[in-house]
Order: sequence, then C-alpha cells, then structure tokens
Amino acid sequence: MNKNSNAYTFIFAIIIVTIIAGLLAFTATSLKPLQDTNVKAEKMQNILGTVGVTGVSREEAELEFNKYIKKQLALKNDGTVDTSTDAFKIGLKNEIKKDEDKQRYPLYVAEKDGETFYIVPLYGAGLWDAIWGYIALASDKNTIVGANFDHKGETPGLGAEITTDWFQTQFTGKKILDESNNFVSVTAVKGGAKAEDDHGVDAISGGTITSDGVSKMIDERLSHYLPYFKNN
Amino acid sequence: MAEGKEALFSKQNKALLSDPLNDNNPISVQVLGICSALAITVQLKPAVVMSLAVLFVVIASNVIVSLIRNLIPGRIRIIVQLLIVASLVILVDQVLKAYAYDVSKELSVFVGLIITNCIVMGRLEAFALANGPWKSFLDGVGNGAGYALILVLVAVFRELLGSGKLFGIEILGHKAKTIADSTGLYALGYENNGFMLLSPMALITVGIIIWVQRSKNRKLIEQH
Repeated sequence: MNKNSNAYTFIFAIIIVTIIAGLLAFTATSLKPLQDTNVKAEKMQNILGTVGVTGVSREEAELEFNKYIKKQLALKNDGTVDTSTDAFKIGLKNEIKKDEDKQRYPLYVAEKDGETFYIVPLYGAGLWDAIWGYIALASDKNTIVGANFDHKGETPGLGAEITTDWFQTQFTGKKILDESNNFVSVTAVKGGAKAEDDHGVDAISGGTITSDGVSKMIDERLSHYLPYFKNN
Repeated sequence: MAEGKEALFSKQNKALLSDPLNDNNPISVQVLGICSALAITVQLKPAVVMSLAVLFVVIASNVIVSLIRNLIPGRIRIIVQLLIVASLVILVDQVLKAYAYDVSKELSVFVGLIITNCIVMGRLEAFALANGPWKSFLDGVGNGAGYALILVLVAVFRELLGSGKLFGIEILGHKAKTIADSTGLYALGYENNGFMLLSPMALITVGIIIWVQRSKNRKLIEQH
C-alpha cells in the first residue's frame, strides 16, 4: 500500500486517534473516583484550616471534618435555610452565575474548644482567572479568625502571593462590621493598611488587581450572609 | 537484520545511554528543555517528580514511535508524534492527580508543558523515527536521565541556598525570628539567599554547570 496516498494517511489518522481516545477515556474514568476523593479531602482541609485545625492529613480529613463541623447549611438570599440542598456539594463556580435569589449560599458552622465559628466559602475573580478561599468568623459573626485563599492562574511572586501565610494571617483579628454594626467588609489596601485599621490589610505590591479581587470577593460573598447572621 | 544480531549492550548501545549524561546532555549541551529547568527547580521534590515524568514520557514515546515508525505516513508524522506525547502526558497528569495529589498541584501546568518540552519531540524526530525500539528505549533512558541529572543538580543548589533545605528537611539548621533562637548556621547569622528562589538564578546555575562541564570536558569546546 502506498504510504503517501491520501487514503492511507486518513485511515492511519482515524485508527490512531480512536485507539488513543479510547485509552484516555478509560484511564480518566477509572481514576475519577480517586481524584474526586482527593479534591474533597483538600476542601475539608482548607475549611478546617481557617479555624486553626491544621496539619490534618488527607486520609484523616473526613474524620476531623465530621468532628469539628457541626452544621452545613445552604442559605437563601433572605437568610433562611434551604434544607433540601447539600451545602458541601454546592460548587460556587457555577452557583455564582445564577441570580442572587436563586443562589444557595453554603455556610459551615464549626465548634472547637467550646467556641462556635462560621466559615464562609469565597469565590471571585483575580487578574487572570478564578480565585477562591474560605474565611472563618468567630461566634460574634464579626471578628475574622482565619482565612485562606487559592487561585488558578495568578502571577507567581505577585498575585499568587495570596496563598502565602503572611497575606492570609493578616486577616486574623480584623472585623467585618463597624462600631454601629454596619457591614464594611475587609479591604486589601494598596501601600499598606494602618495598624489600627480593623477593616484593612496590606495589599500585595505588584499584585494590585488580584488584591482588589480578594477585597471584592470577600465583600460580595459575605454580604449575602448578613441576613442569616442578623437573625441567628 | 543487522540490528537483531547486535548484543543488547554493545558499545554503541552503551553510548546511547551515557552520551546524553555528559557529551550530549540535552540541557547543558543541546540547551533544550530550559523552561522547565527554570520553573520547577526551586525545590528538590518537584524537580525529582518532574524528572521522573519526563523520563517516563520520553522513554514511552520513543518506544511507541519507534514501533510504528514504518507505518506513520511521512506527511503527518509530527502530528502523530505530538498525539502520542500528548496522550502520555495526560496519562501522567491523571495518575499524579489520583495518587500524588500534592505533587500534581505543585507541578500544575508544568506537567502539561512536558508536551512542548523540546527534548521529547527532538528525540522522536531525531532518533526514534530512524531506529529500532530497543535502541530508542536506551536513547530515551539516556536523555531522560541527562535531563534529570541537571534538573536535580540545579534544584539541590536552589533549595539548599535559597531555603536551607533539601526535600523540605532543614539542612542548615532552623531559622527562627531572632538569631538567638536559631540553630545551626543561622545561629551564626547566616541568611538564606532569596535570589536563589527566583527563576533567573536557575539560568545562572545552569550557566555555571555548563561552564564547569566544558572546562572538564575538552571535547565540548568548539575549535575555531
């Protein structure tokens, strides 16, 4: 057979593509459950991390998660609880595209050493791609006790610094409400926040848009939880 | 048929293994695959995993392409090579995600970028298309190892000087907030060199490796 004929080239291409597609589809499907377990465990680790339960291995994550997380609520925009939705399964990536009234807002209530914490999942936009994270509030629903952030494709060394400890630990102790209990959120301040500022943290030099993204994300997400916080 | 009679580890075949380690190293002599050498050599662990991933991909793709080299239509050979490399890379990525999740997060996009690693395509085009599977296998092992050698060497320097650790274990002592609380070298006032963590230092480290290699290996010096 003439190896340079069009027919041969086409047949060869079709055969090899089919074989490879089959192989890849098989691998992807058979490894999916394991991969999903990893993603789920990582989510649990992140949630626990915001209330200071760190150093949990992925294998222990589920056990520890069930130990500390007492309630997983799916809230409606008016602050009532939708009992028919599993909060852990809400994927913010898609949820956030819906109308505010149709969205369900996941809230994790943790208990550690007799104290209650409220953990709010975050999702927003950085400079290049999505950023997300978790922020934990103390029982006063005002003081931040911990936060962590992650990103898909921010610039390493600049925007990607949001995943570092120095950026994340700044949020601890900041407040989301002002003295008259109005919501003001926490903002990353370009040029550095004043030490006595309860609502500001230092933004990342060279990562202004990512820092702004973090501020916007916290503001937008937390604002939907205020009705629930007010009534409970 | 001459190939069949040749001993498995003939002198020629041994050279396939040893050449890429020194005389014909893919990074330090051919200067290929530099991008990944810069990107993932901040720490030793991802460098080792990346080396293993590239080693696997270059060996497997070499053997596969070599096996079907007489069937591949000349006009679409590059696409076919790319297809094989890409699927192997996806396999590696999927397996890492399932069994070594932390490492896969750390390597993130760089696993995918093995596809564009010039070493892989280079070996397919230059070697596997014209040689049998066994020779191609050896060539893959040699080149993968040559790549790994430089990557690990660079990573050792960068992690040791940049963060005082190897594989995440503190080698030079513990650095606390004050000198008094520190141990090891840090107690003497030693500071980590933050520059080593930035990509340009990888390039400079590779440069120094090339310099040392050339001064030791006279064959590599161009005659003018």
